[in-house]
Amino acid sequence: MSFTLNVNGASHDVDVEAETPLLWVLRDTIGLTGTKYGCGIAQCGACTVHVDGVAVKSCNVSAASVAGKTITTIEGLSPDGSHKVQKAWVENTVPQCGYCQSGQIMSAAALLATTPAPTDREIDAAMAGNICRCGTYPAIRKAIHDAAAMG
Amino acid sequence: MNEMTLSRRSFIRTAVAAGGGMILGFVIPGVPKVMAEGVLPEAWKDPAGGSEINAWLTIDKNSIVTVRCPHTEMGQGALTSVAMMIAEELNVPWANMRTVLADANRHVTQGEVYVNMSTGGSNLVRNRHPHIMQAGASARERLREAAAQKWKVTRDEVKAEQGVLTAGTNTATYGEFAADAAKVKLDAEPAIKAYGDWWLVGTSVPRMDVAPKVNGSAIYPIDVRLEGMVYAAVRACPVPGGVLKSFNFDAIKGRPGVIAAVELKQVKEKLANADMRSAIAVVADSFYRAKTALDLMPVEWDFGAGVQYSTEGMDAAARELLGKPAEHFEAVRGDPLPLLEAAGDKVVVGDYYRPYECHASMCPPTAVAHVQTTGPLAPRVDLWSFTQNVAASLLLAADQSGIDPQNCYVHGTFQGGAFGQGNAVDVTRQAVEIAKQIGRPVKVIWTREEDTTQARTRPPVWSRGITTLGEDGLPTGMLIRAVGEEKNPAYADRGNLNHPYMVPNFRYERAVVPTNIPIGPNRAPGNNSNAFGLEQYIDEVALAGGWDPLEWRIKMTEGNERWQRVLLKMKEVCGFTTDLPKGRGMGVAVVESHGSTVGACVTVEVSRRGALFIEKVQIIHNSGYVLNPRNAEEQVSGCVAWEFSHVLYGGLRVQGGRIQNVNFDNYKLMRLPDMPVVETIYANSEDQWWGGFGETACPPAPPALANAIFFATGKRVRSTPIIQHDLSWS
Repeated sequence: MSFTLNVNGASHDVDVEAETPLLWVLRDTIGLTGTKYGCGIAQCGACTVHVDGVAVKSCNVSAASVAGKTITTIEGLSPDGSHKVQKAWVENTVPQCGYCQSGQIMSAAALLATTPAPTDREIDAAMAGNICRCGTYPAIRKAIHDAAAMG
Repeated sequence: MNEMTLSRRSFIRTAVAAGGGMILGFVIPGVPKVMAEGVLPEAWKDPAGGSEINAWLTIDKNSIVTVRCPHTEMGQGALTSVAMMIAEELNVPWANMRTVLADANRHVTQGEVYVNMSTGGSNLVRNRHPHIMQAGASARERLREAAAQKWKVTRDEVKAEQGVLTAGTNTATYGEFAADAAKVKLDAEPAIKAYGDWWLVGTSVPRMDVAPKVNGSAIYPIDVRLEGMVYAAVRACPVPGGVLKSFNFDAIKGRPGVIAAVELKQVKEKLANADMRSAIAVVADSFYRAKTALDLMPVEWDFGAGVQYSTEGMDAAARELLGKPAEHFEAVRGDPLPLLEAAGDKVVVGDYYRPYECHASMCPPTAVAHVQTTGPLAPRVDLWSFTQNVAASLLLAADQSGIDPQNCYVHGTFQGGAFGQGNAVDVTRQAVEIAKQIGRPVKVIWTREEDTTQARTRPPVWSRGITTLGEDGLPTGMLIRAVGEEKNPAYADRGNLNHPYMVPNFRYERAVVPTNIPIGPNRAPGNNSNAFGLEQYIDEVALAGGWDPLEWRIKMTEGNERWQRVLLKMKEVCGFTTDLPKGRGMGVAVVESHGSTVGACVTVEVSRRGALFIEKVQIIHNSGYVLNPRNAEEQVSGCVAWEFSHVLYGGLRVQGGRIQNVNFDNYKLMRLPDMPVVETIYANSEDQWWGGFGETACPPAPPALANAIFFATGKRVRSTPIIQHDLSWS
């Protein structure tokens, strides 16, 4: 079926089966490969994007169901990579292999948008859906606090 | 977006955007430039416009040094480490350094110019620093020689410091002499610096590959997009060792976007790590369509003999073998058998077990292949693949395609983790074979389920220790009997056979159980699982003899400088004690692997009803020297998360010859809320040797955790995952 997706401020007309997960439409149809496949069952969070500002596992929502909504991927988080979460990620050299980090950053950015100064417990709750096999968790926690401190 | 085109021989140097258009040219205000420019999102592209001093590096007119890193960047910091070692010898400001991934084709066709492109075994710094540093030293001497000739002085009179050449009143940047240096032939290559005589090595340098990894622009194999590319989903026989009997493509060929089904034939009976297994692939115009069609296609397998194997069956067979003398043995020192026989049941016995575990790299195995057998560029293969050795992947591609290696190009990408699996999957052969058969570039992606089902796993290990004690409570005779699996039983030996404790009479035995599950290297192979048994058993032996576990280890490794340094540092800084109120415990363990000796001290609290809280993990690390403490500490933290995932929640279960828990809903990994505090404490010998760092903190952390649980609860954790055990106490 044909529908229009609003991704990072641009409209994309796509023609895919209605049940196609947003993840694969972003990656294969539109060509935004910053959003990653990790498990396909909403367990690892590598595919996290924002739908109307809320962090969502894009492997687990159909693209058709988010037509007309505002979708933001890692590529659209900031025009020049200057979002405070990205800055804090660089300063703390958070990524190791880096593959999960798009999802981690999108989850962290969604948290800070609603909770500007999160506690450790709030960070736990917001980030528990994102697996990092390299174990960068301590750096992620510190970077979120640092990003929060940037105001 | 622009798609990459493979139109010219100089493909590698053509700059074509990929990954979404808006994201290139990324600079973060206020961040040192080196971090933003250290490496490009497409790490295989060589941006160098400068002079090539040798195969390892170029220097441009602004004295920017671009290092070609022959090793895979999979999160361990290869790019940064290689650049540091070269900058150390070349003596240039760190801000001048850039990196790219080296060209495998050049390595293969120009006499292995990078010596060895394999990335694993924690070898990069510990075993490859001589030739990597040599590349930097050689370039430095060529610059000095070029300046000496121009200035008509001797090379000894020319100083090369921080990117500047000086001799008397003459001064010039490296960039000014780069072109001349490229033409210099040295009579003899210079020696590299003496250990410890460094200005950059040993300092904390931020990783060079961070910037493209925070904006989605870093390209992994799964992100490569080529003009005309199609997608393939594959399924190998879910019972390893089985073969495809039939498939019905007609049933799915009318589905949207479906292009072809391709049978992948197994040609060898006994498979090496990257040999192709019997499998079926469905090709479509998007991955989701390919995967969905594959799921719906009727497929019949001949599962073969593997169906007889299960976790329960292997466990029962292994436990029976633990009670019998094994045919394979090593009489390491003396003979404990008469002592054990005479002691009857007055011996210390401990049994341990760790199951299969898999790598579960966040990026599942993926490969993109473009095989051209006709057309102006033919014959030619271009490949982007999951790998820890681009040169080995190139030879696989050549072999599978039948195209000469000199016409094969492997474009190194970032890897989304690898952990040993990068040399142990057949995704490269699959992609090359499918691309060859369908005549179009193809991207093969393994689903997470396929990755776990086909993983060449970490082997299981069972072990039993039997020890006699003397009057002083120290061991007089010890037998360690391990049971491994038949595919590579020697993994069971690591640490069990060659532990450093000087028991007067020590014998090691090993038996094997049959299985169909393939195995391969997995972060700190062998030691990772074996240490869980051995280092808990050492605690059992120490306590049975009335010894403090830390004091016992210090006593039994007397004269072993590397171990003494770690153990004495542990005693000095960790505050280890067995005198804690019940419910609270500290545990220690020490393991030597991959050239380093590493201790762990873990502090836990366990509630009466058995809830476990890991308060702190202290890692005491002796790698001789440390290249980059910042990266080293990130690796230590990662190692702890890695092994704790397995010991707390993991364990692959086998039934009917197939892995049962194949995705993250039932193969659990550590998540952020459960990550303990990890401290890195250095205890370096600084004595002319260099150990590894990328995996060395994995082995000691689990037994130290289990020993801590014992002191907190009185319960010995004899198998993993720990989550299955009742840790309650009263």
